[in-house]
Amino acid sequence: MTPGGSKPRALALFAAGAYAFLHLPVLILIAFSFNESRFTVWTGTSWKWYRELARSPRILEALQNSLVVAAAATALSTVIGTLCAIAMGRRRRPSDRALDAVMQLSIVTPEIVTGISLLAFFQWIFRFLDLGLGLGTIIIAHVAFSIAFVLLVVRARLAALDPALEEAAMDLGAGPTATFFRVTLPLLQPGILAAALLAFIISFDDYLITSLVAGVGSETLPMVIYSMARRGISPVVNALSAILVVALGGLILVADRLQRGSEHWKVGTFESSAAPGK
Amino acid sequence: MQLRETGQRPPFFNTSLPRASHWLLLAPAWVWMTAFFLLPLVIVLVYSFLSKGDYGGVALPLTGSNYGRFVDPLYLRILGRSFLIAAAATALCLAIGYPLAYYIARYGGRWKNALLFLVVLPFWTSFLVRTYAWIFLLRDTGLINTLLIRLGWVRVPLPLLYNEGAVLVGLVHGFLPLMVLPLYASIERLNPALLEAAADLGARPFSSFYRVTLPLTRSGVYAGSVLVFVSALGAYITPDLLGGGKSIMIGNLVQNQFTTARDWPFGSAASLLLMAVVVAALQLCRGEGDFR
Repeated sequence: MTPGGSKPRALALFAAGAYAFLHLPVLILIAFSFNESRFTVWTGTSWKWYRELARSPRILEALQNSLVVAAAATALSTVIGTLCAIAMGRRRRPSDRALDAVMQLSIVTPEIVTGISLLAFFQWIFRFLDLGLGLGTIIIAHVAFSIAFVLLVVRARLAALDPALEEAAMDLGAGPTATFFRVTLPLLQPGILAAALLAFIISFDDYLITSLVAGVGSETLPMVIYSMARRGISPVVNALSAILVVALGGLILVADRLQRGSEHWKVGTFESSAAPGK
Repeated sequence: MQLRETGQRPPFFNTSLPRASHWLLLAPAWVWMTAFFLLPLVIVLVYSFLSKGDYGGVALPLTGSNYGRFVDPLYLRILGRSFLIAAAATALCLAIGYPLAYYIARYGGRWKNALLFLVVLPFWTSFLVRTYAWIFLLRDTGLINTLLIRLGWVRVPLPLLYNEGAVLVGLVHGFLPLMVLPLYASIERLNPALLEAAADLGARPFSSFYRVTLPLTRSGVYAGSVLVFVSALGAYITPDLLGGGKSIMIGNLVQNQFTTARDWPFGSAASLLLMAVVVAALQLCRGEGDFR
C-alpha cells in the first residue's frame, strides 16, 4: 500500500533525528541547570542555582516587571482583539478589509522594525509630553503586537461555531443581547482564553521590542537572560531558562487543549500566527 | 455549510450589526493600531528622508541619500550576507522539514496531533532560551567541545560558536516549525490514490515523488519557504548572540544605527528596506503559497 516498503523506517529515523534536533538542546540545558558544578562537567544534582535565583534581587524585580507587563498587555489586547473579532465575525463591511490588512502587516513586520519604529515614535511624542520610556511604553508596545494574534485565534473559534446554535436561541425567543451573552460568548470562551494565553506568552517572552522601548531602569526577565547570555554561560541563566521553558510550555499546552476543544486540530491557527523576525 | 465548502468563512451571525455598534467594537483596535503601529511606521518613513542631527536624532534638510548609502560595499556586504544566510536557512529547513512533514502526514496515524504539537511547542517556548541553549552547546567550554576533548577526538576546542555556521544552526532550529506546518497541510491534502496510480503506471518511487508528490505539494513548499526566509532575513537575536557581532545581518545593522551609531535616518532607511523585501516576498508568493 505504501510505496516503497523500507521507506517508512528510514523516514521514521529521520523524523526522530529532527525531533531530537528540535528538543534536545533545551532538554540538555534544563538537565544541566541541576548540575552542581558551574562548568559543563556533571558533578552531582543540586538545586543551588534555583536557590540563587530566588535570592537575586535583580531577577526578582525583572520577574515582577515581566508579570505586570504581561498581565496588563494580555488584558488589554484580549479585550480589544475579541471585540474586533466579534465585529468582523458578523457580516463584514468593506472597511474591515483595511483593518484586516493592517493586522496582517503587523504580524509580518519584522520585530526589529516594529521595535525601532515604536522607539522613534515615543521619542518624538515625548517632546510634547512630560513622560518617559518605562513599563508603560513596554505595555503599549506589547498590546500593539498582540492584538493581531488575539484576533486570529478568536476569529478561528468564531468561524468554527455552528450558526444554528444562535438561530436556535433566537427561535426559542432570546433577543440578540441575550443570545450573545448566553450562547455566543460562552461558546467563544475557550477561544478567548486560548488567545489570552498566547498573548501572555508572546508578551512574557519578548526581548527585542521590549528592550528597545524599555528605557533605563525597567528590566524584564528576557532582558536579564539576554544580557547574561551575551556575557557567556551562567548556571543561574540555565535555571532561569528551565523555569521559563516549563512555565511557557505548560501554558501552550493549555492553550492548545482549549483551542482544539470540540473542533478538530486547526493547523491554520498556529501556522498563520507564527511571528517572523525574532 | 455551502459557504464553508466554497472556502469562505460562514457569517456567524445571520443578522448584520448596526453600523454604529460595528464601529464601536472596532474602534479600540483601529485607534491602537493606528497610534502605535501605523503612525510609528510613518515616522520611520519620514525619518528615512531626513538628515542625521548633531546629537543623534534627525534634522532637515530632506534627502534621499540614506537609501543611496546601500551601494557602499560595506552595506552591500551586509545585505548580501543576510540574503545568503536566510536562503541557506530556508534550504536547510526545507531539507529537514519536508521529510518530517511527510512522515507526520503519511505515517503519523493516531499520533499525528501529538507529533504536530511537538513541532509547534518549541516555537512558542522562548526563542531566547532556545538560542541560549546553542551557546551552551557550542561554545569553547560547551557540551560538544567538552565531550570531544574527553573522548580524545580533538585537543583544542573547535570554534563552533560566533560564526556564520552557528547563526545558521540557530536560525534553522528557530524557524523549522514555520516550514513544517504548511508542508504538513499540503501533504495531508494529497490523495494517496494518486501515488498508487503513479506506481501502477510504472513510476518508480523517486519519479513518482518528483513528478506527482512534489508538484502537488508545491503550495506548501512555497509558503513554508517564504515564512522561513522572511523570518530569517529579519532575524536579530540569533545573529547577535550566536554570531558574536561578527556576522551581522540587516536586523543588527538597524539596531546598531538606532543605538550605538545614533544615525536614525540611515537606520530608518535600512528598516524600511527590510520591510519592503519582507512584504514583497510575501506578496509574490501569495498566489502560489498555501497561507491560511
